[in-house]
Amino acid sequence: MKSTSTYLAFLTLIGYVLVFLAGKWLDLIQFFKFNQEIDSRKKGYAPLSRDLEDFYIRRMYTRVQECFNRPIASAPDTWMDVIERVSCDRKTLIPTKKTRRCLNLGSYNYLGFAAKDVYCTPNVVESIEKFGVSTCASRVDCGTNILHLALEELIAKFVGKPAAMVYGMGFATNSSTIPALVGKGGLIVSDKLNHSSIVVGAKASGANVKVFDHNSPSHLEKVLREAIVKGQPLTHRPWKKILVIVEGIYSMEGEICRLREIVAVTKRYKAYLYLDEAHSIGAIGKTGRGVCELQGVNIDDVHVVMGTFTKSFGSCGGYIAGSKELIHYIKSISPAHLYASSMPPPVAEQVISALKVTMGEDGTDRGIRKITAVRENSNYFREELRKMGCEVLGDEDSPVMPIMLYIPAKIAAFSNECLQRNVAVVSVGFPATHFLFSRARICISAAHTRDDLDQALQVISEVCDICQLKYNPPLRLTAKELARLAEKERLL
Amino acid sequence: MASTMLLDLKDSVMAFLPDVPLTDAVIFGIHIHGHLLLETLLVVVICYLLLQQSYTPENRALTETEIDQLCEEWNPEALHPPITDDMEMSTPVLESAAGPHTIVDGKDVINMSTADYLGLVGNPKVKEACNAAVEKYGVGACGPRGFYGTMDVHLDFEKKIADFMGTQDSILYSYGLATTTSVIPAFCKAGDLIIADDGVNWSLQNGLYLSRSKIKFFKHNDMKDLKAILEEVRKEDKRKKKPLNRRFIVVEAIYQNSGQMVPLDELVRLKEEYKFRVLVDESNTLGVLGKTGRGISEHFNIPVETLEIITAVMGHALASEGGICTGSAEVVSHQRLSGSGYCFSAALPPFLASAGIAAVEILEDNPQLLTRLHRNISIVHSKLATIPGISVGGDKLSPVIFLHLQKSISFAEDSSVLQRIVDLMLDEGVLLSVTKRSLLDNCKLPAALKVTVTAGHTEGDLLLVTSKLRDVIEKVLR
Repeated sequence: MKSTSTYLAFLTLIGYVLVFLAGKWLDLIQFFKFNQEIDSRKKGYAPLSRDLEDFYIRRMYTRVQECFNRPIASAPDTWMDVIERVSCDRKTLIPTKKTRRCLNLGSYNYLGFAAKDVYCTPNVVESIEKFGVSTCASRVDCGTNILHLALEELIAKFVGKPAAMVYGMGFATNSSTIPALVGKGGLIVSDKLNHSSIVVGAKASGANVKVFDHNSPSHLEKVLREAIVKGQPLTHRPWKKILVIVEGIYSMEGEICRLREIVAVTKRYKAYLYLDEAHSIGAIGKTGRGVCELQGVNIDDVHVVMGTFTKSFGSCGGYIAGSKELIHYIKSISPAHLYASSMPPPVAEQVISALKVTMGEDGTDRGIRKITAVRENSNYFREELRKMGCEVLGDEDSPVMPIMLYIPAKIAAFSNECLQRNVAVVSVGFPATHFLFSRARICISAAHTRDDLDQALQVISEVCDICQLKYNPPLRLTAKELARLAEKERLL
Repeated sequence: MASTMLLDLKDSVMAFLPDVPLTDAVIFGIHIHGHLLLETLLVVVICYLLLQQSYTPENRALTETEIDQLCEEWNPEALHPPITDDMEMSTPVLESAAGPHTIVDGKDVINMSTADYLGLVGNPKVKEACNAAVEKYGVGACGPRGFYGTMDVHLDFEKKIADFMGTQDSILYSYGLATTTSVIPAFCKAGDLIIADDGVNWSLQNGLYLSRSKIKFFKHNDMKDLKAILEEVRKEDKRKKKPLNRRFIVVEAIYQNSGQMVPLDELVRLKEEYKFRVLVDESNTLGVLGKTGRGISEHFNIPVETLEIITAVMGHALASEGGICTGSAEVVSHQRLSGSGYCFSAALPPFLASAGIAAVEILEDNPQLLTRLHRNISIVHSKLATIPGISVGGDKLSPVIFLHLQKSISFAEDSSVLQRIVDLMLDEGVLLSVTKRSLLDNCKLPAALKVTVTAGHTEGDLLLVTSKLRDVIEKVLR
């Protein structure tokens, strides 16, 4: 976890307190001026949202809402048309006809399949013609077609597992598979910063949930030891099974899972490992096969591999890969397989085509070039940001890199100043992150050219100066010191 | 009593110590008659006892080696139970679009299993809209709605649905199954009260469970039972004064698990009387019921604002994918920050929103689609009602017709008999399906064979299907 200086933490806290007090003050004025309750609640009915939640939205979120939910009028490609919005009442934002061409540093377009593609798009159009837009049925009714089977085979081959199954939505992949694997009497040990879909799945499972410190194998070990010794709460019976859930790349941190050490721990304590490769599949590893390939972990040591098609493959949906029996079992019990409409055929076709390109099965080397490009672009960009003096999180090779903002006022300032200069970035604060660690998040794509990146770096540098975000300024050496360093280097 | 005993005790001690010099001592003018000795003795004993350490059971932590050993001893269950025969599912694999006719194993079959109620799969207008969208936007949205995943078509579709339904606003989810699962926990938290039908589909069940609210179930589609529960709640309220909590009744307009229709007029009367809000899942009624396909409120001629939250999946009549929730501006805007499936999931692929817009436009322009659908439903209903050995469940307006065995044994047994019928029907060139139930599903309704009727079927198709079904059922049940 990041550590923040006391001074910054104090400033951040003051920022929140000021916004809070200003909001309360405005509420008070409104109350006296109009002598009315703030919400017009129906008599006899409780308000739809809780007071604090309501206050947060009205007085805090609304202040910065213009940097979220920005609609676009094009594909989420490296350059996109962001629709400008105006507000008449400071509460609602209304999209206008005007757009602004911006460099996209926000979309999860790691391999650059987001826009029209020479190989994928014609296939997708053909699949619409042949299979229609939707199947209108669940996988077990009449929602399975040959594309689904082909995709399941292909993704299993890509990740290196004997079998796989696909879902129509990434979020539902987690939220409906986890309850199928663990239930009452089982334990889920989950990373502190796991995605909301995992949290929802764990909650829905009815199993006990324990959390370990973010990306800390030693704390995981501690939690496991304690859990195994103590057994289930109240009954003290031993746990039926323990499922450890981690992510390949943490989307808000840019950090890559320390999978090698985590595998060692889970193996030692006989816990099952569930790896969510939503952001890592396609994006990291020499041939894009994710965190296992990057760290040289045997995929057989990970019992359940999950991933999504939304990010690297520019489509939608998710997959679960594992042993043949495991997939057979999940298919027989998972509600998303039995009840939900299956993956629309064009969506499946897009994944198949994108996977074929990635694996080099389209007869070109575009795939491997894309994978190399996203890695080189990411490392270049991260390095340059660090040199600039920004506080950048995340590991090498990871295409996700948060720039720390800390102070809440900077969330909107950073995002808006960048947009003014035609660079679209994502900035987030509480409740998506810890309230002390507001950040801007950059996602790099294989489709970004070096020019794009240099332009973005220039803009970010400029905006960082305005917002005073260079928390780690580069060392300023005097001429004398420089000379001494040069001398040293010469001697070596 | 005690004092006499003490005196006795004193006497006996005195008897033992007659000649001790202090027995008759006088201290500060008080004759102590031997008290001193006895009391000093007692004080010494008390002091001794007080100074003794109280008994503490040994309370040491386990050593590392012991923990290691315990970890060594622990043996987890397998990740999944062994594969058994009843996990086996015969799934037809389609080789073409899931229209009214489709190809399975190279053979043309009549598809009575798709929920494409309006027959829009393969519609040229929808296809055209999708092709254009794919060319313009690509396939995926590559981000959640908050972070550049919102395209103009998403906003257009949200407006289109709200205008169509006559509500203030609507919100688009990227998957049908995740819609109600997110909507319910967005509004209901611990301490709130939900009264739900006990036959609701899994997505709603999951939403109810995730909300952590207090949940009471009423008997499937039984308004009398609902009233009894509401009355019970009112009584309890009178007994205990508690702060006002959010209260919802959760129902489906036409139930996914039984095809029954909720008596909305009765429900609305109850909800108004007892001051509950209502959530209606219109997945099987949007684009099906009512003169113009606006769903159950139009069918019952009830103003749509009466229903606070309306949800629907887009994978049925709209022949797309995704989910919608529509209602007042407050209901919708609240979800934009609280709906977990909205905030934390990638946005719906834009071409599916385009398909949705095209579907609503087609429905608005072609009201005859509904007439054809209603006619088709009534044809199949009347033909199936006379087949011996089975009973037709569900409302007579439901596009999904549920056939139950009259001699029902258990869910599994019924399923296998019905599956045999389905398999034979597939050989005859008709694709049907049997209700499947996940072990995670709490619904207790009986197994059924589902015949889904769409506007795309011709009368000839339907007559063929019903007559073949009659033959096969007679053969199997004989």
